[in-house]
Amino acid sequence: MIKTQHLASRCLTRLLMHSVLLCLLMAWGLSVSQTAAAAVSDAQARALLEALDTRSFQAKGDAAQAIAESGAEQKTRWLQALLDGRLGKERRGERFYIITDDSGREWPIIDAITFEDAGTGTRRTVQAFKINNDLRTRIQGLLASLSLSAGDEASRLAAAGRMIGEVSADNADSVRAMRDDEESQSVRGQLDVALALYDVQQGDIDALETLRGNLDTRVRNTLTPIAAGDSELAAEAQSVLGGIESKRAWYDRAQTLFFGLSAGSILVLAAIGLAITFGVMGVINMAHGELIMIGAYTTWMIQQALPGQPGLALALAIPGGFLVAGAFGVVIERTVIRFLKGRPLETLLATFGLSLILQQLVRSVFSPLNRRVTSPDWLQGAWQINEALSLTLNRLAVLLFCLVVFAGLWALMRYTRLGLEVRAVTQNRAMARAMGVRATRVDMLTFGLGAGVAGLAGVALSQLTNVGPNLGQGYIVDSFLVVVFGGVGNLWGTLVAGMSLGVINQVLQPWVGAVLAKIIVLVGVILFIQKRPQGIFAPKGRTS
Amino acid sequence: MTTQTLLHERDRSRQAFLSRSTLLTSLVLIVGMLVVLVLNALPESSAWHVSNATVSLLGKYFTYMLLALAVDLIWGYLGILSLGHGAFFALGGYAMGLYLNAQTSPLPGWQSIMAYFPVAALAILLAPGLLALVFGWLAFRSRVTGVYFSIITQALTFALMLAFNRNEMGMGGSTGLTRFYELLGFSLASEGMTVALFVASGMAVLLAFWLCRAITVSRLGRVSVATRDAEARVRFIGYRVDHVKLALFVVSAMIAGVAGALYVPQVGIINPSTFAPLFSIEVVVWVALGGRATLYGALLGALVVNYLKTVLTGVMPDAWLFILGGLFVLVTMLLPQGIAGVISAWCGKRRDGEEQDRQEVSA
Repeated sequence: MIKTQHLASRCLTRLLMHSVLLCLLMAWGLSVSQTAAAAVSDAQARALLEALDTRSFQAKGDAAQAIAESGAEQKTRWLQALLDGRLGKERRGERFYIITDDSGREWPIIDAITFEDAGTGTRRTVQAFKINNDLRTRIQGLLASLSLSAGDEASRLAAAGRMIGEVSADNADSVRAMRDDEESQSVRGQLDVALALYDVQQGDIDALETLRGNLDTRVRNTLTPIAAGDSELAAEAQSVLGGIESKRAWYDRAQTLFFGLSAGSILVLAAIGLAITFGVMGVINMAHGELIMIGAYTTWMIQQALPGQPGLALALAIPGGFLVAGAFGVVIERTVIRFLKGRPLETLLATFGLSLILQQLVRSVFSPLNRRVTSPDWLQGAWQINEALSLTLNRLAVLLFCLVVFAGLWALMRYTRLGLEVRAVTQNRAMARAMGVRATRVDMLTFGLGAGVAGLAGVALSQLTNVGPNLGQGYIVDSFLVVVFGGVGNLWGTLVAGMSLGVINQVLQPWVGAVLAKIIVLVGVILFIQKRPQGIFAPKGRTS
Repeated sequence: MTTQTLLHERDRSRQAFLSRSTLLTSLVLIVGMLVVLVLNALPESSAWHVSNATVSLLGKYFTYMLLALAVDLIWGYLGILSLGHGAFFALGGYAMGLYLNAQTSPLPGWQSIMAYFPVAALAILLAPGLLALVFGWLAFRSRVTGVYFSIITQALTFALMLAFNRNEMGMGGSTGLTRFYELLGFSLASEGMTVALFVASGMAVLLAFWLCRAITVSRLGRVSVATRDAEARVRFIGYRVDHVKLALFVVSAMIAGVAGALYVPQVGIINPSTFAPLFSIEVVVWVALGGRATLYGALLGALVVNYLKTVLTGVMPDAWLFILGGLFVLVTMLLPQGIAGVISAWCGKRRDGEEQDRQEVSA
């Protein structure tokens, strides 16, 4: 009735010149005639469902087909219920039911034709129609073609995707007709693939052209048995299959590369702050991992303060993590490291002690439990490029973030006054001081900068894993190796070393497993350092 | 180098094996051991009675002291800081663990030969020794020194921890080796065994102390101290610095291996956490607190820190990491010579010519 009124009101506004009565009459008549054309009467609906009540699965399939081709409004729901085994008939009566929940002993049921609540039923009172696998496939195909003919482009595309491998003699013609009626290019493309697959199964060699380079697993699975024969078709299918396989292999490699770069970007983020402090000041900061942890906890705290706004919290956490961790760094430099100048092994031990204190501090203040930082919506999910290649958004963001941080640091070192002073102190401390560079101030700022970058690494890590007191500990050995591997005091070296270690690790993983891959990388770096202690990019000039 | 220190160097060439500190340390060790044994033999009703649990705990401390001695030998006298000595300790421990497991049920594959004590004893020395030989040969030959060496030793023990965590290693995976019942045919649960292991650990500390002392007063020891202080000069004079380093590194690793082997039957378990970098670096702080390059300082440091750990983890478990971390910071900043430095300062110049090993200690 709502529809009628709605139409009526539209007519009213549009046809102001006509009399109100006439208009209403017309609207009423229109709506009635539409319903009559599309819908079926209760009796017809009953007849359609009645046809399902047979022992033969073939007959059941035909009945389902008849339902799909009928004009019944309820047909999608019927077929879905049939597929789920939830469409049934009253054992001692003529009514049909849909079981809405079959988990318990007593099932809530609704009338299949009117969808009105029909109380509860049990195994004794309602007999669900049984289906077998063939029938299931057939019903799935019917459902897919039903949603193809209705709905918006997205749902049609999804339905077309489901049709691949589901086209059979029963629905081939209707799918072909729908393909010709389809306006959307992408939906048509999917339907072409589905039809071509069917044609190939029927022995059509030309259809194979459409499938060349298609990455869908169903295409591959269907073609594999066809390629097994020794006919001309099989040979052709084999070549298509070969093309698909090599294309997939390339995308797999791209995927591995992405994962490797993403793992590497985390290593670089964790190591680059270390590269600054180690390279410039010769200070081994074992508390670096804990500074990362502090950055991650800052993100978590900002998020606690801004509930429901993870995007804003993350945006604030980037400067926040940098400043908080940087402040910790400056304090550490002023109170401890300053007094241990020129004694790197002692610095190592003292900062290790600091790392224990910071860890326990976090455990006492917050809790030993891990905290979850929620990512904003735009960092969740994946960017699905095609069937074989999808990039996780948060990893992609961390990769980009790493590159941005690297570029920022590089520009800072290259173009600013601080960078100039830092480089001067690195190259020749005494000479720099003689030229009026305040080396102690440079030390403090450098250490603060390195610590701040560690904080940024923590912000990035909080988007990938849970935040806990042990977060930074796991990165310390790796980051030192990255720094030493890349060549101490060399930002580019750190970038290359981190990225290549990440990629090597990912490439090895499928062969030997995650743990062994890590061991191999560690041992490889140890051996590399023995062979070339100055790292990939040796610093220019004399080494003492 | 001033004339003053050169004179000291000449003094030390006359330094005898049995110095006052060596005698005193040996005496304290022996008397301490005897006192514990006597107190343990007292009836349980006596107020002075020392329980078997305490004896076992002290035996564990002895193995830690042994490990600290091994670290001091190379850190104090050679200037190389190993952050992976726990790996050698653990390897010795795993060799012992395999032997103990083989007593109850035959082990598969190559491990079956570990059932014989002589083989196991050899493995306890050779497993850490060979690892140190190969690793040290590679590192010292290419002149990896200072913090670089520390970092790669840490990476080494980290890699071994990951490896021993794998079940495919046949070393019990992350659980490690446990369920030990018999050692040399005697039950591990018996009272006599507890005391025997305590005495064995104590004797091992004494012997290792004498061995390290003998090495450090020998020509080898003097070259190693010279290497620590001015590696390039020693090399230019014509000494093979890498050979000196390798020799001491291997001996140190073997001492650590023995320590691990004695540790395992007293604790009843060995698992990959012993390989954790944290443990290795803790050992370094024992030595740092006790005082580098004095040998007895390492023994003292291991005892003090571990006693503190036992007491404090019981009373205030949360505070322990604060205290350990604080020790790292305060010792390096305020007590660079450790407790031994304080002791020698008290004793003043009467001990002249005894402690100057430490004086030149630098990073």
